[in-house]
Amino acid sequence: MEFAELIKTPRVDGVVLRRPFLPTVEGTLCLTGHHLILSSRQDNTEELWLLHANIDAIEKRFVGSLGTIIVKCKDLRVIQLDIPGMEECLNIASSIEVLSTLDSVSLMYPLFYRPMFQVIEDGWKSFLPEDAFKDLESMTEEWRLSDVNKDYSVCSSYPPLVAVPKDVDDDTLRKAAAFRHGGRFPVLSYYHKKNGMVMMRSGQPLTGTNGRRCKEDEKLINATLRAGKRGYIIDTRTVSVAQQAKARGGGFESEANYPQWRRIHKAIERSSILQESLIKLVEACNDQSHSMDRWLSKLEASNWQTHVKEILTTACLAAQCIDREGASVLVHGTEGTDSTLQVTSLAQIILDPACRTIQGFQALVEREWLQAGHPFQQRCSQSAYSNSKPRCEAPVFLLFLDCVWQILRQFPCSFQFSQHFLVLLFEHTYASQFGTFMGNSASERSKLNLSQKTVSLWSWVNRPQEVERLSNPLYEANCLVIWPSVAPQSLLLWEGVFLRWKRSSRCLDEAYDEMVHIIQYNKELQNKVNNLRRQLGAGEQED
Amino acid sequence: MEHIRTPKVEQVRLLDRFSNKSASGTLHLTATHLIFVESNADAAQEIWILHHHIGSVEKLSLTTSGCPLVIQCRNFRVVHFVVQRERDCHDIYSSLLRLLRPVSYEELYAFSYNPKQNEQQREEGWQLIDLGAEFERMGVPCDQWQLTDVNRNYKICETYPRDLYVPITASKPIIVGSSKFRSKGRFPVLTYFYQEKKAAVCRCSQPLSGFSARCLEDESMLQAISKANHNSRFVYVMDTRPKLNAMANRAAGKGYENEDNYSNIRFQFVGIENIHVMRTSLQKLLEVVGTRSLSVNDYLLGLESSGWLRHVKAVLDAAIFLTKAVTVEGASVLVHCSDGWDRTAQVCSLGALLMDPYYRTINGFMVLIEKDWISFGHKFADRCDQLDGDPKEVSPVFTQFLECVWQLTEQFPQAFEFNEWLLLQIHEHVHSCQYGNFLANNQRQREELQLKDRTHSLWAFLLSEGQNYLNPAFCHTYAETHPVLEPSTLPCHLKFWRNMYHQFDRSMHPRQSVLKNVLTLKESNRQLEDTIMKLEAVTLSPSHPLSLALLKEAQHQEEVGEEAKKCCSDTERTVEGSSGSERKESYGDLQGTYGAKVEPAVVSLEFGVARMTC
Repeated sequence: MEFAELIKTPRVDGVVLRRPFLPTVEGTLCLTGHHLILSSRQDNTEELWLLHANIDAIEKRFVGSLGTIIVKCKDLRVIQLDIPGMEECLNIASSIEVLSTLDSVSLMYPLFYRPMFQVIEDGWKSFLPEDAFKDLESMTEEWRLSDVNKDYSVCSSYPPLVAVPKDVDDDTLRKAAAFRHGGRFPVLSYYHKKNGMVMMRSGQPLTGTNGRRCKEDEKLINATLRAGKRGYIIDTRTVSVAQQAKARGGGFESEANYPQWRRIHKAIERSSILQESLIKLVEACNDQSHSMDRWLSKLEASNWQTHVKEILTTACLAAQCIDREGASVLVHGTEGTDSTLQVTSLAQIILDPACRTIQGFQALVEREWLQAGHPFQQRCSQSAYSNSKPRCEAPVFLLFLDCVWQILRQFPCSFQFSQHFLVLLFEHTYASQFGTFMGNSASERSKLNLSQKTVSLWSWVNRPQEVERLSNPLYEANCLVIWPSVAPQSLLLWEGVFLRWKRSSRCLDEAYDEMVHIIQYNKELQNKVNNLRRQLGAGEQED
Repeated sequence: MEHIRTPKVEQVRLLDRFSNKSASGTLHLTATHLIFVESNADAAQEIWILHHHIGSVEKLSLTTSGCPLVIQCRNFRVVHFVVQRERDCHDIYSSLLRLLRPVSYEELYAFSYNPKQNEQQREEGWQLIDLGAEFERMGVPCDQWQLTDVNRNYKICETYPRDLYVPITASKPIIVGSSKFRSKGRFPVLTYFYQEKKAAVCRCSQPLSGFSARCLEDESMLQAISKANHNSRFVYVMDTRPKLNAMANRAAGKGYENEDNYSNIRFQFVGIENIHVMRTSLQKLLEVVGTRSLSVNDYLLGLESSGWLRHVKAVLDAAIFLTKAVTVEGASVLVHCSDGWDRTAQVCSLGALLMDPYYRTINGFMVLIEKDWISFGHKFADRCDQLDGDPKEVSPVFTQFLECVWQLTEQFPQAFEFNEWLLLQIHEHVHSCQYGNFLANNQRQREELQLKDRTHSLWAFLLSEGQNYLNPAFCHTYAETHPVLEPSTLPCHLKFWRNMYHQFDRSMHPRQSVLKNVLTLKESNRQLEDTIMKLEAVTLSPSHPLSLALLKEAQHQEEVGEEAKKCCSDTERTVEGSSGSERKESYGDLQGTYGAKVEPAVVSLEFGVARMTC
């Protein structure tokens, strides 16, 4: 097999592993096709099993014949390996470099991984569009499921089935698709049961400099409006960015052609800027200099929290239009695969209690990110440490998770899951044994036949023990719309991701366990009281 | 009261400081409070503001809707009223100006506050804390340290307490001589004794050394402190000021210890800024976070330029230095700043908190404040502006101490018996002048005012509702496994204390409180355990005459419990439901007007402190 050629030195003894919060271990380092393994060959000692795909960058250092490799992971952890022997060290380093940057999809670990657990429910089948549509059908008859994209020819980044207004035929959809960036014609993203308003998403309209229009596109989105009602178009770009897009054939909906719609521009940054922001933030977090001023100015310069605030604010605005204004909303940016999805998915977290459950959140990620064509593979092929020039990498999904965490912090009892779930998703988008986040769209995943060849992350997550681990003990179903505060004072740095390797979370974990214990004990006591009372009641009746 | 010209003004509007929300109601002015009662009949919000809490009142220029009145409180509440008629506004304004500037202690609320307690309860309240017993707990007096009566009549140092602990070898002439060589007579005395290593934490003020003066008695005093600890050959002298400040003091005949004159000392500057810098810093911080529609970048830049967190870090770093010297090196440490009642109090008390788990309990924390702050003469009256005094003397030194403690509780969630609410409540009452504890500047003044006979003690009140202040995650065995805390002061681990500085800006708080939830559950666990015990007793002896009654009672309790729960979750819901309208504008860009009806704001159980206590 090909991997063997890439591994010059498969094994080195006497390697010392240093990593955050854990004692130093000495053992044997092994390289396999997909893993870097360190074993001390003693019972009960921690071993390192690191996916090559998780390695973002490495650094080499030499002191005499002792080499040191610093491994920087995509989950932001940094570990150090001290390797005796210069040649071994160089060999290992070059192998890691190659193995961690393999571009060939066919060599990716999920295609080789065989689950060590029993798959109870196949995650690939857990969230089918047909099932989601059944829920919609139970609420409204105004929508239909169209298979106009069944061979991915109308829009390569859309799934085969999309929900569209009932009165609009497939031919209209095809024409509208030709007028939208990437063929992403407006489709249903969310139906607000409370007032029947909807949220749609699409790519930008291709108006170009001469103001091209498309009657079918107008018809399509107007079909979602009630008689005499106006809708809102939320453009995630500033007016000037949207204007500039015209020169490249893009553009925005003009008032003249879309008189029933009011356009609102917001400013969510494009992916290259977000990636730079992540790199700066992580650098600030890893800066060991002890000056407060330096930390705060670096944190400020990273702009990360500004992005969080912008995204949350835009999502709140969309939710507000729907819930408070009673208006339907169309969201788009340029491609409609990044900031658009951040907004539509967060708005649903705010509006729809179902999205705050473990299953519901998976369905949301599946629907609004995976099926909606967010290019995970491109966005997550590098993280914050990589030295290679970024291509399409961007922490778009990580920012979404950060925003969800902010809402979770503000409504700690309204989510069925804890932050562990969000951290887990962050890890698996960057490196995983599961096939869920492979590829860039539904069509790529289907070409690779991932549902047959790989295991779904959801198959793992939905086992009872994992659900238990990810659950929020404080959860109490809350059927209301939850409006987060977006004041800078209310937004926090997500320690669980960005400071995770800076300080052991033991203290916090133990306090958390104590809280869980109090809650469980309460349930036990309640049961006991009920039992006793029943016994007593029975006794009384006998008397 | 003769100062109140208009006791009641109707149709006053209360503006929210961060949104365009407003409420209308009636403003009442009483002898002790300014009260706003919202006129909305269903969920009338009430705001009670104690006059002593008011830091400043400002009358802005007349607008079309009326005359604006902005009130800034010392507990960081900011209220913005609009009074329809200018004359009413002026009356309230001038009454408040007089009321919030009391000229004598007797005018303070504590002297009129009567919580319906009998004399015996009141007296017991004052006996809760016994500093003599506290020194005994530390193991003092012992073979090296003794109680001295030199200050029995406040003759040697009028800002120190009567009872002071000094090394056995420090004779009276040495003490007297040393006190003459120290600013305000504040000679080195014991404040904490680390029994395990027999190391002492002592405190004093700066020496009157100027450029070259020395004092043999003072040198002997330090020698005596050093000798009292056999574990270390030297004693650390921590000057908590920046070196430059200390050097400047030499020109005024003050300064710092010359290592050449004192045998066996190790001198160290730790660089905490003075009260004026701290005052300006917090003012700046409050200005920044009080800005409407603040951007993230302006917020972070403001945090940075205010320097507040940098100062918090400096104080914590000093306490960590002290702790390490004592617990790791086993050395005794003498801490001072200029007068030894601000930075010195911060560093000594935080150091003790890090070293001794007792101070992390509710009782212990009260003792700590009583010892290092109240008895050693932190000038609460001046620093908190209790009487109309010199504005340059006002400084948030104690607030900063509370914040440092809060930063620690965030890092060690299991180590503290108390929660954030205790810190907030103490802060509230340091400024409320409702209890006698923090009145005046030192023990001598307090005795002259006969506070123990004429006012009530805060500690008794806090203990009476102690269950509110419990930290549900507190672990009793944590003290054994972690006797000494080693906090991180990496900048990224220090946070902005929103719940203090935005205490009353509810829209910024999390909508659901984990702490409140878990505390309620814990209380419920206690009740359930009780019920189970009773029920089990009945099950075991069914003939028990009480069985039927108990059964009913138990059922009743259950029902009540459930109702309470329902009710509780309802309020929670209202909070969430209403929040949308509160923030209507803040997401921006949407100009349509939605129903103008303002949904009821909910009076918080956690922070509605003023209401709970008056």
